[in-house]
Amino acid sequence: MGYLSSIFSGSATEGSLFASVSVPDDVSVGFPVLPALIVIPLLGALALLAIPASRSELLRPLALLFTTATAALSFWLIGAYEIGRNVELFQFVSHHEWISSLGISWHLGVDGISLFLVALCGLLFPVAIIALDPDHHPKSYYVWLLVLEAGCIGTFLALDLLLFFLFFEIVLVPMYFLIGKWGHDNARYAAVKFFLYTMLGSAIMLVGIVSLAFLHAAQPGNDLTFDLVEIASAQSLATTTARWIFLAFAVAFAVKVPLFPLHTWLPDAHTEAPTAGSVILAGVLLKLGTYGFLRFGLYLFPEASVYFAPLFLTLGVVGILYGAVVATMQRDLKRLVAYSSVAHLGFIVLGLFAVTTESLEGSVLQMVNHGLSTGALFLLVGFIYQRRHTREIAKLGGLQRSVPLMAGIFMLVMLSSIGLPGLNGFVGEFLILVGTFSAHRWWAVAATIGVILAAVYLLWAYQRVFHGGGAGWGSGTNAAGGVTAPSSADNAAMPDIRWREGVALAPILVLIVFLGIYPRPVLDRISPAVEDLVQHVETHVEGYDHPSVGEGITGVGEAQGDSHSETAAPPATGSHTPELP
Amino acid sequence: MTTAAVLQPTGVLAQTFVEATPSVNWVALIPYLVLIGGGLMLLTIMSLAGRWLPGWFSSGYTALVGVGTLGSAIGIWVYIGEEGPSATLSGVVGIDRFSVFVIAVLGAVVALVATLAHDYIRRENLWGNEIYVLLMLSAAGGAIMASANDLIVLFLGLEVLSIAAYVLAAIYLRRAASLEAGMKYFVLGAFSSAFLLYGIALIYGATGSTKLASIAEFLEAGSLAEDGLLLGGFALMLVGMFFKVAAVPFHAWTPDVYQGAPTPVVGYMAAGVKIAGFAALLRVFVGAFGSYGSDWQPIVYAIAIVTMLVGSVAAIAQGDVKRMLAYSSISHAGFVLVAVEANTADGTAAALFYLAAYAMIAVGSFAVVSVVAGAGDARTSIEDYRGLASRHPVLSAMLMVMLLAQAGVPFTSGFFAKFFVISAAVDARSYWLAITAMVLAVVAAFIYLRLLVAMYLPGDAQGENTSPAEAKLNITTTSRERLVIAACASFTVAFGIMPGVLHELAGDAITNLTLSP
Repeated sequence: MGYLSSIFSGSATEGSLFASVSVPDDVSVGFPVLPALIVIPLLGALALLAIPASRSELLRPLALLFTTATAALSFWLIGAYEIGRNVELFQFVSHHEWISSLGISWHLGVDGISLFLVALCGLLFPVAIIALDPDHHPKSYYVWLLVLEAGCIGTFLALDLLLFFLFFEIVLVPMYFLIGKWGHDNARYAAVKFFLYTMLGSAIMLVGIVSLAFLHAAQPGNDLTFDLVEIASAQSLATTTARWIFLAFAVAFAVKVPLFPLHTWLPDAHTEAPTAGSVILAGVLLKLGTYGFLRFGLYLFPEASVYFAPLFLTLGVVGILYGAVVATMQRDLKRLVAYSSVAHLGFIVLGLFAVTTESLEGSVLQMVNHGLSTGALFLLVGFIYQRRHTREIAKLGGLQRSVPLMAGIFMLVMLSSIGLPGLNGFVGEFLILVGTFSAHRWWAVAATIGVILAAVYLLWAYQRVFHGGGAGWGSGTNAAGGVTAPSSADNAAMPDIRWREGVALAPILVLIVFLGIYPRPVLDRISPAVEDLVQHVETHVEGYDHPSVGEGITGVGEAQGDSHSETAAPPATGSHTPELP
Repeated sequence: MTTAAVLQPTGVLAQTFVEATPSVNWVALIPYLVLIGGGLMLLTIMSLAGRWLPGWFSSGYTALVGVGTLGSAIGIWVYIGEEGPSATLSGVVGIDRFSVFVIAVLGAVVALVATLAHDYIRRENLWGNEIYVLLMLSAAGGAIMASANDLIVLFLGLEVLSIAAYVLAAIYLRRAASLEAGMKYFVLGAFSSAFLLYGIALIYGATGSTKLASIAEFLEAGSLAEDGLLLGGFALMLVGMFFKVAAVPFHAWTPDVYQGAPTPVVGYMAAGVKIAGFAALLRVFVGAFGSYGSDWQPIVYAIAIVTMLVGSVAAIAQGDVKRMLAYSSISHAGFVLVAVEANTADGTAAALFYLAAYAMIAVGSFAVVSVVAGAGDARTSIEDYRGLASRHPVLSAMLMVMLLAQAGVPFTSGFFAKFFVISAAVDARSYWLAITAMVLAVVAAFIYLRLLVAMYLPGDAQGENTSPAEAKLNITTTSRERLVIAACASFTVAFGIMPGVLHELAGDAITNLTLSP
């Protein structure tokens, strides 16, 4: 176990660039970091509300200040998070009674899985604020963004079922307003659809949560509680009951991910949302679904997750292929990126339900990767729209000549999204595919086609948008390609990336390259959490045969050996993963 | 903790009519006396000294009576904590925390509605103080319903509540719609009261008593051989009560009455009449007929689903905000019925929480509607709300809070209201009812979103066309109206963040329910 990831991550014990700088205990106990991560954006929202209309120039700097503070705290958290064998599963825990009559508590904690999602959240919000200004009503725009950030971070940190649900659901309100008020032509329709679709899923989940808590309490020796850790470790439900309740949870997460065939809200919401909304929607909100599957599916219902795995693996693969094919057909650049999200999220779901250490690590990593690359893609599409007021691929063309820098950045981000080795997307996708292959071979094979299709639709889109368009250029002969003269003139006159746009994109680009070359600091932190989870599944699922590394490698030995020589190089068996006993 | 254990008559069966004159626990009756006496006193004062008193006197006085009711209810709550629950007036009025909880909510509703009514009356140029007197008397009827330990007393309370409410609906004399509303409400209401009375007669025939304690004891003993009469009584009583709480198919009066009646009165009907009706339903059915739950629960199950379905679907089709909120109040009644269906102490507590939360939301929502409607209650269509947010951001934010609470969005009291109901249903193993309720709540959420869209997202295309409508939006609010709306909104948010307090109160109310003297 953890074997393949050790290729990327090396050993934690060696001590490395980012290995845990042994944090004194009182630091993690004294200052309530996790509540602060939720409270700071909320304070920001309140502060913005207090600003009078006459001082509207203060809004953006102030919003930026609060989101940057949150981001800094979330990055500090990565450094302060302890890696090692004898640390608690959840760190920085904040636990207080809330509604004691029902055993509902304010319980926050972070582990290797949520750690990077919180950091992703912390990163994307200031980026979205730097990159673009709202075209009207700036005050409420920033207030809703800050409320949204608090909700998202709260969802990732909550360790109480009801608290999780509250955050999971409250996120809808700011997103609804962001899409509806600052979106494009059909925004109100998209906003209402988004709200109701997601609310329907979570409505069923609420019944599931309540049933779970009450059935758990019905077992002798258990009190009524909504505490995730307590319920998950007790595993006191009968098998069939647990499967039903798992399905109730799964509906909510499947809508949020979104999993085929519940994805229809996503293209509308993405296309109509303002750029910042799309960035957050793709970067953070969709992860609420996959994170939910991991934390509240696999961890709470290991047996049911394994039982229903074939269903979700199939839906994941269908999503990958369907998303890719539909993305290829899109005329709208933003819609194309939206459908590419469906495909990418299919990969993540595939990795989650393969339930091997590698695939789970890959999925968690891929959640971060997708947030970075798709977030950047939406930003770039937003920049193009801002300049050209169209997202139609046919009306763009030849942009490389007018905006070479943007073309270069787009190329890098796109290659990351395709999964080119050396960039972040590759590491995640590779881990997912390898992990899935060892457990569910044919699904992995089918999913691999999706990798190729991703190259097709993205490269083709790049070609049409940034190359081509030659007809309208210079000579004015525009018969071919249907590119009209005015739009080619607009294309030619398009200004390149501006200073602040570059500042917004820079951290994402750095991370795309960094995680592609050196994912170890991330994997070092993800691995222990994932291994604990797999351990948890092994303990609670009878007859669950987790494909051990040896079998996995020897089973596919030749295929692996051919394509990735580094995989075959180490001995195929043995306990060479230092972080594991 | 089962209901049977909690609600069982604890003492020996009432030694009926031992004394010629029953002993009266005057202290425990203070809240009722405040409401009834307050109403009668106002009538006297205004007829003797009305011309010398300032215009706001009646409103302020009634608000004070409402606050006094609330305060004395809190006092009695503490008093019951020391003395334990009891019954007085030969055991027909139960002095327990269940009734006190309902009375406290009624007191708060009276205070808020009376505060609102003053500006409404002045704006609409209505005369007289009857609206305040009727408000207090109607609430007194509701208080009697909530504490009735005898079916006859229950009926008396219901009639006092209803007849005052009929007149309240018709109090805007110059407007045909208001008169029509009052007439409709009266004819149908009288009809349903007859059903209730007939049901009481049948139950008396089956059990030999109208006292809830005796009925409960008789039913629990299981000595009834032939239950046809009893079941007929259940059915007829349910009809009468479903009418009061506006459950489908006895809801037809609601949209018309809500649309036609003066808006502050509608706030009272949605909040006060509803909680009184449900209090009676809970007291009689869960309290006294609990042991025959398997007979009446299926009816409530079906009615709950139909009520939520019709309420939320029909609301979508409405173009008038008052009608829309009327249908939404129907769907809320269906949700409370889900809690009634559980037939447990938890279910009753959940229903009380829901009703208290909804009372504040309803008063607040109708307060905003009243303010926006302006002179003559003219602006009540959804179109009139288009672009409201940009002109009146604070007012819109308040309405948004109340609408989101009705939709059940987290961190509002509306969410926890739904949560506790779902918990009770799940605890009673009614999983499918719980899922249906939540799914229909999403359908209902659409109507609140529709109003939010109009307020916050007027859209470019429509924005151009509706400039005349927006120009009309010159809304003035008085400080009294602002106070009421802010109070309701802060209640909604406060109990959305700290629901524990109210939930514990509702829980206390329920463990304390007593039917016996």
